Amino acid sequence: MKEGWEVIIGMEIHAQLATETKIFCGCATSFGHDPNTNTCPVCLGLPGALPVLNEKVVELGAKAALALGLEVQETSIFSRKNYFYPDLPKGYQISQYDKPFSANGILTIMTAERDEHGRAKEFKPMQIRIERMHLEEDAGKNVHEGLPDVDKFSYIDLNRAGTPLGEIVTKADFRSSWQAYDYVNHVRRALQWVGASDADMEKGNLRCEANVSVRKIGETGFRNKVELKNLNSVRFMQKAIEYEIERQIEAHESGEGVNQETRLWDEKNNKTRVMRSKEDAHDYRYFPEPDLQPLVVSSEFIAKIKSEMPELPDAMRDRFMQEYGLSFADASQLVLEKDLAAFYETTAKASGNPRVSANFILSELIRELNNAGKTATESPLSAENLAELIKTLDAGKINNNQAKEVLVEMFNSGKTADAVIKEKGFEQISDTSAIEKIVDEIIANNENQVTAYRGGNEKLFGFFVGQVMKASQGKANPKVVNEILKSKL
Amino acid sequence: MSIKSTIEKVIENAEKLNPTLNSFLSIEREYALNRAEELDQNQDDLALKGFAIAIKDNICTEGMQTTCGSKILHNYKAHYDSTAASRLKEAGAIIIGKANMDEFAMGSSNESSAFGICRNPWDTERVPGGSSGGSAVAVASGVVRASLGSETGGSVRQPASLCGIVGFKPTYGRISRFGLVAFASSLDNIGIFGQTSEDVAKVLSVIAGRDKNDTTSADVAVPNYISELSNEISGKKIGVPRALFGEGLDADVKNAVEQSIENYRKLGAEIVDVELPHAQYGIAVYYIIATAEASSNLARFDGVRYGFRAEGSHSLRENYYKTREEGFGAEVKRRIMLGTYVLSSGYYDAYYSKAQKVRNLIRQDYINAFEKCDVILTPTSPTTAFKIGEKSDDPISMYLSDIYTVSANLAAIPGISVPCGLSNEGLPIGLQLVGKHWAESTLLNMANVYEKEFPLNAKPPIFVG
Repeated sequence: MKEGWEVIIGMEIHAQLATETKIFCGCATSFGHDPNTNTCPVCLGLPGALPVLNEKVVELGAKAALALGLEVQETSIFSRKNYFYPDLPKGYQISQYDKPFSANGILTIMTAERDEHGRAKEFKPMQIRIERMHLEEDAGKNVHEGLPDVDKFSYIDLNRAGTPLGEIVTKADFRSSWQAYDYVNHVRRALQWVGASDADMEKGNLRCEANVSVRKIGETGFRNKVELKNLNSVRFMQKAIEYEIERQIEAHESGEGVNQETRLWDEKNNKTRVMRSKEDAHDYRYFPEPDLQPLVVSSEFIAKIKSEMPELPDAMRDRFMQEYGLSFADASQLVLEKDLAAFYETTAKASGNPRVSANFILSELIRELNNAGKTATESPLSAENLAELIKTLDAGKINNNQAKEVLVEMFNSGKTADAVIKEKGFEQISDTSAIEKIVDEIIANNENQVTAYRGGNEKLFGFFVGQVMKASQGKANPKVVNEILKSKL
Repeated sequence: MSIKSTIEKVIENAEKLNPTLNSFLSIEREYALNRAEELDQNQDDLALKGFAIAIKDNICTEGMQTTCGSKILHNYKAHYDSTAASRLKEAGAIIIGKANMDEFAMGSSNESSAFGICRNPWDTERVPGGSSGGSAVAVASGVVRASLGSETGGSVRQPASLCGIVGFKPTYGRISRFGLVAFASSLDNIGIFGQTSEDVAKVLSVIAGRDKNDTTSADVAVPNYISELSNEISGKKIGVPRALFGEGLDADVKNAVEQSIENYRKLGAEIVDVELPHAQYGIAVYYIIATAEASSNLARFDGVRYGFRAEGSHSLRENYYKTREEGFGAEVKRRIMLGTYVLSSGYYDAYYSKAQKVRNLIRQDYINAFEKCDVILTPTSPTTAFKIGEKSDDPISMYLSDIYTVSANLAAIPGISVPCGLSNEGLPIGLQLVGKHWAESTLLNMANVYEKEFPLNAKPPIFVG
């Protein structure tokens, strides 16, 4: 960013709550059905139909709120947001306004600036104030392509209408695009972690908007802000914010100024463009939805949800560091995904060697998973089998390189460590009598070296080890070899 | 006599009177006769077996037209049954047609219907009241014993009064609104017209009660309204808010209602004075809340998915404008504009929010008054049926027709209008009783006793059956 300027960013995230049915009717929320088939009088907005709140939405909403450090409000009120658009069947969206479902969140995220290659510098904790997360229904979709006579007609698909959303709104606490980037990733993972949302941006079940303005460092007021939309990935969002920072600073410096408006990220041309100006802004005429009672959430309900909540990633990361002696970086990487963290913990406990478990998972297993396009739960190599492998390694039956090779084979074949080690003939010889026999032969066949060693050339010890290993085709347990060689020599 | 022959006669009567009275927007001859035949074969003991009923055209009935009296829903057929209609069907009642109404239930005369005015059988030059004019006339003219109407501010009680029949509004939440096309959701109720309170009680027993499709319907036990007609009212306390018997009240109406108070005293009721200090704000509060909710509820009629769509639009916005300009009538547009205004940014606190506060005061007035009495008695309407066209250019005067009725909707309490005499011109007058939340039985019983002891023996000149 240009010297002397700072950016102020507030984020809005719409997350689809992972319910089977819609927020106010019993229609399915699943994707990929023929247009307008997952619909009923309620989500079609037919005359006389009334909304009935889906209780599962309250449950997942509460989980999402708690995962983001928000307080679930005892009483919240649904309100109507009124505007006309063909994909909005009732002419209003049922949302929440002055009494949201949850509020007053403080969320600690880990964030880092990135170098020009996008590599993170040091991650540091940062507190974000989350103003609220309210519940609302999604609209349908207008379809302008892929159907007959699209030059003359627009089509409407209302399958999505009534899908439950949580809208998460922060204070304008971000001072860089990477902070916003790390925040969205944090939220995404938190929602997935507690099962509140699939939070997949590509599938559109997590959408974010950024409110961006810039000001001179030292200024206390705010300049006009721009709302950025069409941010279809976290990376696009970060790029859009960067673009907008430069554009706004330039516009201020040239005296042209910045209009308060909504802009879209144009991913083809790597720039933002105007969608609508402030003059076109709607007056949504919010008022309490008279068709629904106030939503009252009891403290017992919240207590129950809390008791069902899994350990959250940050807490788990800290515990891994403390309990298993992992580094911040390793622990952070393991808790990137809930399944991976669980896989790690099973492995660590079963193997009794948490650090080696972390090393094998973070270097070897993740590589194999990525190559195979699989997640930790889909891993053909189970945590228990990996633990067996680590135990075998610790017992000195195989060496580190062999263990890595065995891991790959276990991953590919799904076989146990023992089976692969046998197949590969990696089993180390620890039987002292067998090794003694080899050592005796080596000593007998290398009289000169023995004499020299005994004469004080201790460097030759390595030569004898090498010879024994060679003779045993690498299978002799090096520890045992060392011991026997020392006593015999 | 078979159900079929009874229903045949009802349909004939409806068809015979409709050219004159226009109380039906559609008569379901084929459906009703088929249903009658089925019921003739049915051995079950059903609460309303073969009972002919008319339903206001803003209550959804599957496969039948449900136009709300509006061009914007011309020929619109409902895709599903309202809870009230489906409960009636299950109980063996037969829907014989859909009744005329003010457009989207906005009006007190039935003159704002897009499908022609409905006439009062006592004098066809006069309005039947509204907005449920058609439902009232279907009963008053003797075609059916009972009908469903809806009310947001008196749209059942007021036409009942003007047509000389019983009109009943339940406690808000007593009858499911699912399938009632919304006008003002926090005020809307399905109401019942009957030739007698007993007819009302029969229908209410069937349609009352919690409905999972309407979360504003209440989980309150439903009594047997028929067996609770005890004919005993002695010791009941009737509150009379004298302050409301002043300006704007017709002398004939005043006299008849005063007489009814005396009559109740003779029957053993105790008369006490009560005060409703905020009643004077009822109409103002009502027209803010009702129009605000209406402006939102009627947004879905945009010509995009169903109903009327204007031709010749070149853009989405133009299509919205033209469809709503051509599809809605003047009164509906007036109320949408009012409602949009009061919800607008910067005006919300001054209008909508303040109106809600006054609404609470009105509700509290009733709670206070009911500490001293069981029911409150007033006129239902300040006048008898007025002439067609008399008030149609004067919305304020039209709105004042509801001055005695709107408060019950604002306070969510039940009310009933009972015939209590005729004016010098021979037009019916109604007394209104309103009661405590969920005390429908008390109202029905007090009305029932009055009808029996002081019956309105006259029938309108146009009457069948």
